[in-house]
Amino acid sequence: MKRQPSEQEIRDAAPRLRDGPGPGSPEARALDETWSDAPGLIGWFSAINHKTIALRFVVATMLFFGAGGILAALMRLQLARPGNKLMGPDMYNQVFTMHGTTMMFLFAVPVMQAVAVYLVPLMVGTRSIAFPRLNAYAFWVFVFGGLMLYAAFFVNAGADAGWFSYVPLAGPDFSPGKRVDFWAQMITYTELSAIVEAIVVITTALKLRAPGMTLNRMPLFVWAMLVTAFMILFAMPAVMLASTALIMDRLVGTHFYNPAEGGDALLWQHLFWFFGHPEVYLIFIPGLGFISAIIPTFARRPMFGYTAMVLSLIATAFLAFGLWVHHMFATNLPELGKSFFTAASMMIAIPTATQIFCWLATLWTGRLNFKTPLLFVLAFFFILVLGGLTGIILAAVPINLQVHDSYFVVAHLHYVLIGGAVFPLFGAFYYWFPKFTGRMMSERLGRWNFWLMFVGFNVAFFPMHLLGMQGMPRRVYTYQAESGWGQMNFVSTAGALVLAAGVLLFVINALRSWHAGAAAGNDPWGGGTLEWAASSPPAPCNFHALPVVHSRDPVWQPLPSGPPAQPPLPTHVMGLTADERQLLVTTVVDARPDVLHTFPRPSIWPFACAVATTVLFTASIFTAWAVVWGMVPVAIILTLWFWPHRHETARHLAMERKP
Amino acid sequence: MTAARVRGTALDVSSLPTYGFSHRSIVWWATLGMIAVEATVFALAIATYFYLRSHATTWPLAGKPPDLLWGTINTLVMLGSLLPNHLAKKAAEKDNVSRARLWMAVCLAMGLLFLVIRIFEFRSLNTGWDTDAYGSIVWTLLGLHTVHLVTDFYDSAVLTLLLFIGPLEGRHMQDVSENAFYWYFVVASWLPIYLVIYWAARLH
Repeated sequence: MKRQPSEQEIRDAAPRLRDGPGPGSPEARALDETWSDAPGLIGWFSAINHKTIALRFVVATMLFFGAGGILAALMRLQLARPGNKLMGPDMYNQVFTMHGTTMMFLFAVPVMQAVAVYLVPLMVGTRSIAFPRLNAYAFWVFVFGGLMLYAAFFVNAGADAGWFSYVPLAGPDFSPGKRVDFWAQMITYTELSAIVEAIVVITTALKLRAPGMTLNRMPLFVWAMLVTAFMILFAMPAVMLASTALIMDRLVGTHFYNPAEGGDALLWQHLFWFFGHPEVYLIFIPGLGFISAIIPTFARRPMFGYTAMVLSLIATAFLAFGLWVHHMFATNLPELGKSFFTAASMMIAIPTATQIFCWLATLWTGRLNFKTPLLFVLAFFFILVLGGLTGIILAAVPINLQVHDSYFVVAHLHYVLIGGAVFPLFGAFYYWFPKFTGRMMSERLGRWNFWLMFVGFNVAFFPMHLLGMQGMPRRVYTYQAESGWGQMNFVSTAGALVLAAGVLLFVINALRSWHAGAAAGNDPWGGGTLEWAASSPPAPCNFHALPVVHSRDPVWQPLPSGPPAQPPLPTHVMGLTADERQLLVTTVVDARPDVLHTFPRPSIWPFACAVATTVLFTASIFTAWAVVWGMVPVAIILTLWFWPHRHETARHLAMERKP
Repeated sequence: MTAARVRGTALDVSSLPTYGFSHRSIVWWATLGMIAVEATVFALAIATYFYLRSHATTWPLAGKPPDLLWGTINTLVMLGSLLPNHLAKKAAEKDNVSRARLWMAVCLAMGLLFLVIRIFEFRSLNTGWDTDAYGSIVWTLLGLHTVHLVTDFYDSAVLTLLLFIGPLEGRHMQDVSENAFYWYFVVASWLPIYLVIYWAARLH
């Protein structure tokens, strides 16, 4: 059998067109064709274009957000008055666990990664995410993990030990049945997906930047996603280890968390919060990235304090790993240790404040353009500062002990997460929607959407501070009328419904605008980063000629200031093969052109591999041996995924230049 | 000359190489990312070991520490595999396919050897995963590392097969180089785990 391609085959496979000429040229048409996903059903499951996968990813995470929101509304309805009979304690336990789990694992982190998968390649001026097939695999694994959790919920096997599944409650003695096992395996799915996405984003940001985009010129949003991705690498393994140990305790009789056999329940809390606290910043730092993208555009000036902003992001990431014990102040840890974590918790306010002052300086000295995205950003300031203040209060051990496990904590975490991540995210949707779809969202509906969400949010969550201080514990399915908490709970429920109406209006606005919105053009807001140089929506290859970058805001300043250089500086790249998926790889720090990498074509293997992974993970809930036999199809599919075709090799050999 | 050149207002990159070794390759960065993740898992598992130990009055909780023989032999075999691994890497970077084949095959033979010895290691732990928390963490540490041995052995085997029968291109030499990079990690990560499993249970 002849496997190596012949000379003739290699000559026949030689590429014919090289890029460089702009839109409209035969080369540009070839590029569009080269980078498109295939049509048809198989083509749909084989798609790997980063924009296709990212939009599906965003829609999937938003559907989970909707599901988590409905669960939240059900909880609020149950709590609207004392002694309510809408649901019993068992259902309520499942509902609040599913709500927290959905929002943390199926919405907050993945939605940020999904947006990054769309925007990072555009912002750094390239045609694809690094590892597009792996990216598709991560998406499918995520979807299947989420669906498994909800399938279990619908057959009354919904997780019910809280989104952080503390042992001993979540252990084999107090949670028999399969509920917690589904929760633990959901962790395996979503964290696998998140880790893969993190690696994809890191490689894209470090190696695929346009020539001239030194690290010092990388957009702040890309910096935020890069820092987030690095945090994921070091935080997510903790929860995977913890949940694997939990499921082994439950299924094969290990004793990690069993004190009777030398195990320790606090081990769970340490491992979980070593992940769980950085998790908060995994959600929050992308939000900071959105804000740093939106503010310069709507203040119509470059960002003030770029270097300070980047250093603050990095400092936040480091400090985030030194805070986990502040979730454990109510345990019997040494008091000196707690003091250290109090200090670290307060210290993280410094880089956050630095960024807030830089944004304020940018806004103060800019000419403001009050559009919906900016409104969401301004709301961030208001809500996050309140959430940050209660955070500082909670960092003090004595107060923490007083309000531990009360609604004060619920109020605090929602102010931080919704203010720090969800409001910027909605602002980001309004900001980039024209780029995603080519159409503007309605400003009028946008304002209604904003005010309903802003008012609804505060009415829903502000009273919880007071309820918490009055002693209302969290995770209770009801309370007595004599407690006097009924009125404020009713107000809170009313606020939650207003908030839900705001989100609904967003959905209506998005759907309407997708079909009937005003045409956007390439750069409707006058933004300065490279995604605004691409068409809206971008062509399959993003850029028909890759840009060469000479400043931090390449759309505002395509060439260095001063008299034109002689000879003229390059503005774009030429010479990449247009009928192959060839991309320019640049050096990490200076973004000098280095290597031409040929990217793979669309393939069904990532989807097939995700299906095989799903069989492995789900079956292992029922039999530990699935870990062994389930590996066989995964290994076979990965091998087929890797193994090159002769024609593919011929094409590569025709282009090959040795280093 | 393989460098980008300015032509008018365009930067011509058509003469750049189509692959490169080490940090020039994007796959190298992905491998480094996986190494960061897996090293974190190992570090946390080791931290768990010492956390559990700090709560115990005797350690091991019951019974005796693992027997040293097989674990120590395996450590030497793994360290020995670094030589053919290094030679395979160098051969690949010099674009010498036949040498890369040879040393990859030697690596695989040693891989097979340490997988077999690993079975004896499990048998000499002197505890079960369901005996007590000590047994659980020791089995988990050894199990985690074994998963790495198995997966690394398998993907090295696939790559070696490709070197012998597959349609080859220059970029597969880059794959050999990165495969060797990962092998270094699998061996290097064993050393702290070896010390913890076999020696931390002996120190008091």
